[in-house]
Amino acid sequence: MRLYAVVAAGGFRRYATYRMATLAGVFTNTVFGFIMAYTYIALWDERPQLGGYDMSQALTYVWLGQALLMTCAMMGGGFEDELMERIRTGDIAVDLYRPADLQLWWLAGDLGRAAFHLLGRGIVPMVLGALAFDLALPASPWTWLAFLVSVALGVVVSFAVRFLVALTAFWLMDGAGAMQIAWLAGLFFSGMLLPLNLFPGVLGEVARALPWSSLLQVPADVFLGTYAGWDLLGAYAFQAGWAVVLLLAGRLLQSVATRRVVVQGG
Amino acid sequence: MADVREGRTAVEPEAVSAERSRLVEGVRAYGLIVAMWLRSTMAYRASFVMTALGNFVATGFDFVTILLMFTHVDVLGGYTLPEVALLYGASATAFGLSDLVLGSMDRLGRRVRDGTLDTLLVRPVPVLAQVAADRFALRRLGRITQGLLVLGYALGTLDIAWTPLKVLVLPMMVLSGAAVFGAVFVVGAAFQFYAQDASEVQNAFTYGGTTLLQYPPSVFAKDLVRGVTFVVPLAFVSWLPALYVLGRDYPLDLPRWVAFLPPVVAAGCWVVAGLAWRAGLRAYRSTGS
Repeated sequence: MRLYAVVAAGGFRRYATYRMATLAGVFTNTVFGFIMAYTYIALWDERPQLGGYDMSQALTYVWLGQALLMTCAMMGGGFEDELMERIRTGDIAVDLYRPADLQLWWLAGDLGRAAFHLLGRGIVPMVLGALAFDLALPASPWTWLAFLVSVALGVVVSFAVRFLVALTAFWLMDGAGAMQIAWLAGLFFSGMLLPLNLFPGVLGEVARALPWSSLLQVPADVFLGTYAGWDLLGAYAFQAGWAVVLLLAGRLLQSVATRRVVVQGG
Repeated sequence: MADVREGRTAVEPEAVSAERSRLVEGVRAYGLIVAMWLRSTMAYRASFVMTALGNFVATGFDFVTILLMFTHVDVLGGYTLPEVALLYGASATAFGLSDLVLGSMDRLGRRVRDGTLDTLLVRPVPVLAQVAADRFALRRLGRITQGLLVLGYALGTLDIAWTPLKVLVLPMMVLSGAAVFGAVFVVGAAFQFYAQDASEVQNAFTYGGTTLLQYPPSVFAKDLVRGVTFVVPLAFVSWLPALYVLGRDYPLDLPRWVAFLPPVVAAGCWVVAGLAWRAGLRAYRSTGS
């Protein structure tokens, strides 16, 4: 357990060293936040209460998206490039000999990364958004806490998906295609472009049932107070369920892939 | 060197001719490096088709978002779907063109950090051409295709009273728009000489700019519109010429003739970009690693 805490701290520190990049990222998130906020205002001006949100809730959704974009790695980013590279070059063989679990090792590092991005790239855009627009911020500290739990679950789901994608490198010569499909799905089905409750009919139902809704839609709804009591537990169960299923799938694929490494000889 | 100069007409000042030959040299080098990357891209055709398709879909999501918005409303900021599609298509195509030609410039910061920029400096080829052509990504045709399709849809559905002038505005808008975005790419790259890992700032102006232009100006606050008209003149990429074609009122009560300014604005942007690039290159200190 201590080992993984150290790995997580390492993941945090690693991203904390890129100060200029973080500042630049905050700037970009803020610019996109403003652009999207104005388009949402135009939309909600036409249709107040669209998707069950009022104007300030819709604007809050925009800024939550910007704050969580990097934390939940909706457009990818983080460890998967590196893991794929290690698989491609055969360095993965060394990792497998380490007295640490491969999946947990990378998960710990990714949790550290996510924690840094929540602080480094989440807070400032959110504050700037709150200064410029009338946001629906939760009054109760419990809602903030419930939101953080939901974000943490979202990060684990995001990790589990990206771990699966990275493992495809064992079979595909070039994992760029798989990675691209994954981040496309992440961007669209997380609700980053438009809240999933605005997706029409079956598309909406499917989108809300897919794992990616755990990355933004569910945490945002927790933040906006959509879930109370048992509903909140239901939302957590949805996220945790996907996390467990995807992590187990990753574990299964990992053991199949590891046998393959031995065959290849690294 | 001397014999080359003697071959020129005496009327042409030397500085101008040197400038021109450097430009020709740069374009030639750019072409050669691009050809090399094209050959390497085509070595893995299946991978190219997949990534180009991915690029098409990825950039298309922006329009899908707009389509989804229009399942709930008839007008957005007072504009109908085909009108928004014209703004979108113009902006996406213009940005796609500049992204294809200069999209690799955002790798400059990485080269400054890891010291590989030094290799480019010692080659007898303009650095800008080398940086711009570096890892030329033909898959970016996906974005252009997507933009052109939406533009085609807009022109097919809109009921426009065409005049020869309006017909001329269309290609002018897309090409000048690409030039304006291109200048933004170069200024962004020049900034990376100072702030080596701040390439995301550039994204705010390039990707952010094209997203902004995909919606009608009436959607945004006056100050924001003022900013992208007079400070970073993105409004000339699509808004002003497209509103002329649509016959709609301009933002900020601008006169009608501003619709024909994009080529002038683009030229101005490139003067600024050239100066910024030179200043950046002069300020460059190798990391020595």
